[in-house]
Amino acid sequence: MAAPGESERWRRPSPRLLVLRRLEVAAVSLAAALAAGLLGATASAGSGLGAAAAAIALGLTAERFVRRRVRAWGYAEREDDLLVQRGVLFSRLSVVPYGRMQFIDVTAGPLERSFGLATVRMHTAAAASDARIPGLAREEAARLRDRLAELGEAQAAGL
Amino acid sequence: MSEADGWRRLHPLSPIVRGGRATIAIAILLLPAALRGRSLSDSYIQLAIAGVLTGLGFVSWLVTRWRIDGDDLQIETGLVRRQSLRFPLAQVQAIDIVRPGLARLVRVAELRLRMGGASGATARLAYLPEREVEPLRARLLALAGGERHDPEAPVAAEERVLATVPTGRLVASILISDVGLFAEAVLTALVVTAIVSPSAAAGAASGGGVWILGVVTVVWRRFNQEYRLTVAEAPDGLRLRAGLIALTAETIRPGRVQAVRMVEPLLWRALGWCRLEVDLAGRQRGKGEGQAQRGQLRAVLPVGSRALADELLDRILPDRPRETSQPPRRVLWKSPLRYHMLSWGRTDTCVVTTSGRLRRATSWVPLVKVQSLRRVQGPVQRRLRLASVHLDTAGRSVHATLRDRDAAEADRALAELTALARAVRRSGSRG
Repeated sequence: MAAPGESERWRRPSPRLLVLRRLEVAAVSLAAALAAGLLGATASAGSGLGAAAAAIALGLTAERFVRRRVRAWGYAEREDDLLVQRGVLFSRLSVVPYGRMQFIDVTAGPLERSFGLATVRMHTAAAASDARIPGLAREEAARLRDRLAELGEAQAAGL
Repeated sequence: MSEADGWRRLHPLSPIVRGGRATIAIAILLLPAALRGRSLSDSYIQLAIAGVLTGLGFVSWLVTRWRIDGDDLQIETGLVRRQSLRFPLAQVQAIDIVRPGLARLVRVAELRLRMGGASGATARLAYLPEREVEPLRARLLALAGGERHDPEAPVAAEERVLATVPTGRLVASILISDVGLFAEAVLTALVVTAIVSPSAAAGAASGGGVWILGVVTVVWRRFNQEYRLTVAEAPDGLRLRAGLIALTAETIRPGRVQAVRMVEPLLWRALGWCRLEVDLAGRQRGKGEGQAQRGQLRAVLPVGSRALADELLDRILPDRPRETSQPPRRVLWKSPLRYHMLSWGRTDTCVVTTSGRLRRATSWVPLVKVQSLRRVQGPVQRRLRLASVHLDTAGRSVHATLRDRDAAEADRALAELTALARAVRRSGSRG
């Protein structure tokens, strides 16, 4: 996607995010396949197999979608603002000036933590601002957090 | 709790006024029994409830105190869970004086400070004696403006009235507004059924009683809030005064307006009327705020002509775009109703966008107030090579969106607006 202004260096979430998302999809679709298979098997063995296969096929489609979604995430640190890109069906590009930052969240759920990942989120005074970067390697998340905090302080502007 | 520390209490009648409707309800409950001259033995429970409530109210009054400490307003409250609240006056967005009907009877008023910042809370001093409120407001505004104010000399800031809303026009505008039309439809239906078959009407009235009451309340609230609204310009901000039974007086500090919106419903457009609203920074949904304040923006002009609105806009946003550009014709495929309403324009400091299907909403956002920008492209938009650019502000509900522009134009606008917003931010922080 064309981005505004000068050419910037886009960074991507860690490749481990894709592994994590794939595992999630696999777990859900396997569970669904098992449930559908058992349910179908009460009628006949064939319908059980069919239902399970359908669930697996659905899971494979979801995997494709998830892969594209993960690949669409990106962020770039420019001189005065952070760019965050996301979304496949609805593609979004957010420009958040460092000076408008109110605070930064770094969160990591249990699954993310076991993969050494974290989500960084910038908050501005506007609730609609949408600058979330999931699946950053822990060191990268810490680096980004410190850098954003530093830049935010240097360029802070009032309401 | 000596006066020397500057700690003050609220008006002793505060709990009763704050109880408001509950107080009236209790009085009504107790009155028949008392009038019939019966011993009050039947209403022991009511009496007990009234007693407990009065007691609680008195205790809450006793433990609540406030003072101005340097640049902060401090409020302490709570008996069991003691709270000490500090409101930095520099973050005040607007100060309201609110006087509900009951408060006017006992000559007290509530002072409400609307704060910005991430918490966006509202500081409430309910209630203070009526004569103290105006000087206190002036003093708080002066402190908020960073002046060292001499408390002995009250500032008599002279005002210049910009506009008033005639009652006839307000009534007419409510009658042809969406809620007004709905209320009329309900009432007409009721009257018609009453003529055709009175028994059915009685059933409908009792069955839909809650609905009817709700509609009437909404209409009434609108009328009550916007009755004789006056906009005035004072050195310390824009003054709005309005109200029939509940009076409100609001002061919006200059430069605190996040966005301005002009709404022109379908029927109003035929008469050349519009409604002008301002958006201030604050929490999206405040706890302890009434439904009315939550949903609706403050109308600077509940109803008025375009010329009057333009005059007010000149005061609020002097540098505003005059020219707007239309989206490409292929938007008709995506939103046929909206196409004719869409446009946007900009100057170096301000952006205007219009949108809407039947009613036209025009939003102005000063670039100094833009918090972040977003370019969004949905699946239909991608097919038509369109994109939207959103400007996010700290306001509650006005959002300027450059909807359905040519994708290349949207990219250009995003880059341009980012640079312009940066420029005004820089010059603002230096100045």
